[in-house]
Order: sequence, then C-alpha cells, then structure tokens
Amino acid sequence: MSEQPLFSFRNPWFGASVGVTAAIAVLAALAGLIWLPLAQPDLKLNGIWDAICSAAGVPRASSQAASVQPDFKTSNVVMTSEMLTRPDQVSIGRGATLAQRCAICHGPQGVSDANSPNLAGQFAAVTYKELNDFKTGARVNTVMSPFAANISNQDMLDLAAFYSYLPRVPSGHLNGSLVAPLIVTTGAPMRNIPPCGSCHGDIDNKAGSPWLGGQSAVYIKAQLQAFESGARRNDISQQMRNIARQMTAEEIDEVARYYEAQP
Amino acid sequence: MLTNKRLILAHFWLAFAVFGLALVLGAWQMFVRSPLNIWHFNPEFYYRAVTAHGSAMGYVFPTLVAMGFGYAITEAALEKPLVGRRWAWAGFLLVAVGAVVAMVPVSLGLASVLYTFYPPMIANPFYYIGVVMVVVGSWIWVALMSINLAIWKRENPDKPVPLAMFANVAGSYLWGWTAVGAALEILFQILPVALGLTSTIDAGLARVLFSWTLHAIVYFWLMPTYIAYYTIFPRAIGGRLYSDAMARISFILFVVVAMPIGVHHLFADPQVGAGFKFMQSVFTGLVALPTLLTVFTICASAEIASRLRGGTGAFGWVRALPWQNPIMLATALSLVMLGFGGAGGLINMSYQLDTSIHNTQWITGHFHLIFGGAIVIMYFAIAYDLWPHLTGRALESFGLMRTQLWLWFIGMIITTFPWHYVGILGMPRRMAFYDYADPAISPQAFSVSISAVGGLILLSSGILFLIVLIRGQMAPRDEAGAYRFSVPIHVPARIPVALNGFGLWLALMIGLTVVNYGYPIAQLMALKETSVPAVYVGASR
Repeated sequence: MSEQPLFSFRNPWFGASVGVTAAIAVLAALAGLIWLPLAQPDLKLNGIWDAICSAAGVPRASSQAASVQPDFKTSNVVMTSEMLTRPDQVSIGRGATLAQRCAICHGPQGVSDANSPNLAGQFAAVTYKELNDFKTGARVNTVMSPFAANISNQDMLDLAAFYSYLPRVPSGHLNGSLVAPLIVTTGAPMRNIPPCGSCHGDIDNKAGSPWLGGQSAVYIKAQLQAFESGARRNDISQQMRNIARQMTAEEIDEVARYYEAQP
Repeated sequence: MLTNKRLILAHFWLAFAVFGLALVLGAWQMFVRSPLNIWHFNPEFYYRAVTAHGSAMGYVFPTLVAMGFGYAITEAALEKPLVGRRWAWAGFLLVAVGAVVAMVPVSLGLASVLYTFYPPMIANPFYYIGVVMVVVGSWIWVALMSINLAIWKRENPDKPVPLAMFANVAGSYLWGWTAVGAALEILFQILPVALGLTSTIDAGLARVLFSWTLHAIVYFWLMPTYIAYYTIFPRAIGGRLYSDAMARISFILFVVVAMPIGVHHLFADPQVGAGFKFMQSVFTGLVALPTLLTVFTICASAEIASRLRGGTGAFGWVRALPWQNPIMLATALSLVMLGFGGAGGLINMSYQLDTSIHNTQWITGHFHLIFGGAIVIMYFAIAYDLWPHLTGRALESFGLMRTQLWLWFIGMIITTFPWHYVGILGMPRRMAFYDYADPAISPQAFSVSISAVGGLILLSSGILFLIVLIRGQMAPRDEAGAYRFSVPIHVPARIPVALNGFGLWLALMIGLTVVNYGYPIAQLMALKETSVPAVYVGASR
C-alpha cells in the first residue's frame, strides 16, 4: 500500500481532496466575507476591504462626533458581585462617626420614619453606589446632593460599611401575612418585567440592587415614579426605567405596600 | 480474539453505571420542571442535577463506551492483543477518578455551571480538574489507538487496514483534536479564575474555544454508532456490507469537516463576525454528507441481507428482514431517530431559522433525539452484540432486549417531539421553573407533561437494559467464539493509500480549523478590553 506517495499531485486523492476542500472554503469565504455583507444595504460599507473587515468582526472605533452623548450625567460605578462584601472594622468605626451627619434624615440607627430610605443593613455596594451617583450628579435630590457633593471616596466606603454592619430593624408596618404580589414573584413576562424578587432579595440578590424590605412605601413609590418619568436615571443599562415604564399605577402601589410590610 | 476482556468490561460497566445514575437525574429533571410537580423544591438542586446529568452523559459515558469499544475493535480487528495494556488501565483509572473528582463539587452545589461551563460563571476548580482528568484519560486511549494501528501497519505492509480499526482510529483522532478547544478554555481561561489567580475572564473567547469542542464532540459520540452500523449490523442480520470504500470515505469526511463548524452554536453571540458564522454554516451543511452516505450504504446492506433471505419486490424486501434480531431493530429505530434529529439539525445550522429556536427547548430536544436516541440506542446494540464475547456467557433474553429497545425509542420520541414543539412556542432552556398558570405559557403545559412521561419511559427502558446485562453476567458459561466484523461484498485486496491512513485527512482537518477558527480566536486574544468579572457559583454574596 505504501508505494504510492500520499502528499503529491500524482496521487489523485490528494489533488481532489485538497482541491475540493480549498474550493469550498474559498467560495464560502467569498460569499460570507464579501458578497453577503455588500448585499446588505444597511451596512453602508466603503468597498471590499471594509466589507471583509465588517464580516470578519473587526471592532470599529466609532468616532466621538458620531456617537450620541446623553444630555445628563450617567453613573460611573462598576458593580461586581464581590464588591464590598468584606468590610473591615476600622472602616465601620469611621463610618459610625461620619454617619452622625446623616442621622437627621436616616435615623441614628439607620432607620427613620421620615420616608427617607432606611439604610440599616443595606448592602454596602448599594449605599456606596448611590453616594457616588449623588456626588457625580448621576442621581439628583435637593436634600441629598449637597451632602454628597464634597464627600471623599474613603468616606463613602466607610459609610457604606457602617450601614451594612447595622442590623435590619423590623419595620413598624410589618405584616407577614401579606401575600406577595405576582409582579414580585413571577414578574410579567409579556411586558418584559422580571420578578422584583429576582434582584431585590426575596428570590435572589443581584449586585447593586437594594434590599427593599421595610423601606417606606412613600419612598418606593416615589422612586418608581421617578424611574418611570425619567427624573431618576442612574440605573445602569436603564433596567429600572424599562421596568417602571411597563408597570401599572396599581402594581406600583402594590409593591410599595408589600415591601414596606416585609422584614 | 479478545484477550483483555476485563479491561473492556470495566469500561462498559462503568459507562453504563454512570449512564444509569445520570438517567435517574434526567427523569427527575423532566418531572420537577413540568406542571406535574407543584413548585416546592430548591431550584439550585435542578441546576446541580443538570450539571451532573450533562457532565456524566456528555463527558464520561460516551467516552468510556468509545474507549472500551475501541479496545475491543483493536484486538478483534487486528487479531492481536492490545499493545499498552497498563497504559489503558491508567487511562481508565484517570477517567474514573476524574469523574468522581468532578462530581463531588457538583453534588455540594459548588459547580452548578452546567456541563458546557458557561463562563463567566466559575465553579469550584475541582470540577474542571475532574473534567480535565477524564479528557487526559481519553487522550491515552487516542494515543494507544494510533500506536496499535502503526504497529499493525508496520507488520502488515501489504494489507488494507481493517475497516473497523480504520473507523475507530478516525474517531480517536477526531476526539483528540476536538478536545483541544475545551482543554485550552479550561487551562488558559477558566482554571486561572477558578484558582483565584485572576478575577476576570474573556467569556467571548472562552465560548469560541468551547464551540471548537462542542459540536465535534457529538461526532465523537456518534463514531461507535457508525462503526456499529458498518461493521456489526450487516454481519448480525446475515448480510454483507454494501461498500467498504464508501464506509471509509464517510469516516474520513467526519474527520475533515466535523470539527471547524462549532461556531453555529454561537449564531447569537456578538464576538464572532457574521462572515465566519456563514463559513462555518457552510461546513456544517457538508457534515450531512457522510450521514447521507451512511444511510444509503446501510439501507443497501440491509437489502442485500433481505434478498439473501428470499425478500423480493421494490419494498417487499423490508418485510423479510430479521426483525426479531435486536441489532436489526436497534439499527432501524436508530436510523429513524437520526432522520428526525438530522432534519432538526439542518434548521439549527441555518442562520435565519436558528433565530427562532436559539436557546429554546428545541435545542434540548434536538440533541437528546440525536445523542440520547440515535446514538445511545446503538450503544445498547453494541453491548448486546459484544457481551457474550466479553463475559463468555450467552445473552438469551431476546424478548426483553426488544422490549427495552422499543421502550427507548418510544420514550425518546415522546420526550423529544413535545420538547421541539414547546421550543417553537418559545420555551427557554436551562430554567428550573416555569409558571404554567401564566396565560402566556399555559399552552405549553400539556406538551411538557407528555414529555415528562417520556422521561419515565426512558428510565424504565434504562433499568431493563441493566437487567439484561446483569442477567447475562449470571447466565451459564457458553463460549461465543471469535468476535467478527461484517465483510464487504467486494473484499478489498488493495486500496488507495489515501483510504488506508490519516496523514492527508489530519492535515486537512487542522488546515480547515486554522481557516475557520484562526482569525476569530486570534482577534479575541489580541483585543484587550474583552474580559468581564467572573461570577463565582456557590460563593457567598
């Protein structure tokens, strides 16, 4: 069997197999890299080389002039699931001192009846992100923004660590018998609304999503309405704005009352 | 002439034990996510079970079958004892220990990433280390197949390589090269993150590397089935193989075009350019060719056997086939499932049609029909055919075997057809819970319930299969004689050098891989800003 050379054009199997394989590859490449991209009017290509680069997936540096710039500040905090999950004691201690400035609205133990958010037991990454957004102007509030305007990064980390260290205090409106609304447990798939609980704690917690149990109903409702109207825009990728726009007024009332009654 | 019977039996028994356990998990998953179950379990258990089921059925079970069958083919077809017996045992131990090492973190809930890994999800490192051990164990087999073939060719320079051995080595080379993608992904992308050396991962590149493995692994699973079609089926029904050359060409086509096509699993991924998706789609279409050649050759071989038995007429010969023979039955049922599964596959490989079924239950239905159906039913046939030669005891429960094969076929159809259908309705895959009370998905409830019943039928068939093998193990001694493969009508005395070895075909396989994967991989490696934070599974939040 071995007298015949394998890798030689005198071997018809070699010529045929290499030729056919190469021909198919070349034809597929011509079609996929040149013809198909050029046949698509939406792509707006400048010639063959541009078509090849586009179809090969070469990333294009979009010019700054052409890109749409938002006319408002966007959040610049990058959230990860590991972020601020290992607090240190010094940071908590410093945070406790700094928090005296916050007590007038948020309560000396991070809980208040002033319809401002209860911060006791809130995830550190959440408090840190919101402080950051108030500081940069990505989130705006008449009362809160001036407090955050000149705060240092270390102070924000310390405050976040302190509040996450405080135990959650049961809400004055605690009502364990309240049945979770459908929007909390299963969302509304046909309106593209995931279950509230899949990020905000009942089912799962996702990085950057606050714990909502025991928050004031007035506050939750106001924030959902702010997301809906676009007054609040510091949610990364618009996820809360997209959800709030799809929610009905009744659903907003329902979830606000439900979360207020949760521990 | 099987000399290392214990080695081969060990592979088959471990394979079928793993298969039995994973089958129980599969049936349980079908049940818990169906409307027959009231929502009262921890969804984490579902993902654990899916990871265990997939890893066992995808990596351990078919690999062990291919290895065990490969050793049997080497000894029976080359008519000499296996060279490298100790290495073979070492490979077996690596696979066995690797399976345990991988399954411990899975059962502890530290590795619920599903068997396709899905970075940036990162599991406990021992899960990946276990999978690597399984792959390394199988690479020992790849090397042994190659070495045994080389030694035989040196001793028999003027004889054509027996078809069974040729096909077996084709399968081993295909696997050797295919597994490289996942190995690169685990070693250079996933393990550094799992071990805590870095905290970000290039999920896009990792997915491209996995696609290198992900599609051709199916053809590796398929190889024992095709070997059984060509070299067991015609002999078992008392006929002859229609064409030896056609068989070799089919296996060669698998080696060349089965691998550089995995990007069709990434049609919805943004990190690969549309041009390369198109090119790989073209080659995916070409893989239908060896299957069509095989269906033709096997049907022709069946017709030869039937006419030898007195079958007549254009289609009347089908009746004269030995339908009482389990191998006949298994092959026919396998081809039916291959037909349906293949038709579904043509939809998956089309860029446009794929968009309507991508990541839906259609895909799960598709690969269960092809792998669980067409392929695994021939694993049963291989075991039934080989068992008397391995144990030295006759398998006599033919009625039980036929019942088992029919139950597997019926169960697989009942499981996968509704699965395909709910996929078209848009039911997503990889989810533990569906609220069938929601009007939007309540029309799927009936189909999903039917599908769960199919899962229970499959479980009963799997139990019957193990009963048949155990009864065979306890039957009285009865020497089965030498193990033979089917003979072609025209026994080749001389064949072209290209059809007697793999040099040319391996060169084409590697060349096509470079053409189809080279640029996408190089580009993703060169881009700096493509890494994302890892999501550690089972880590405290």
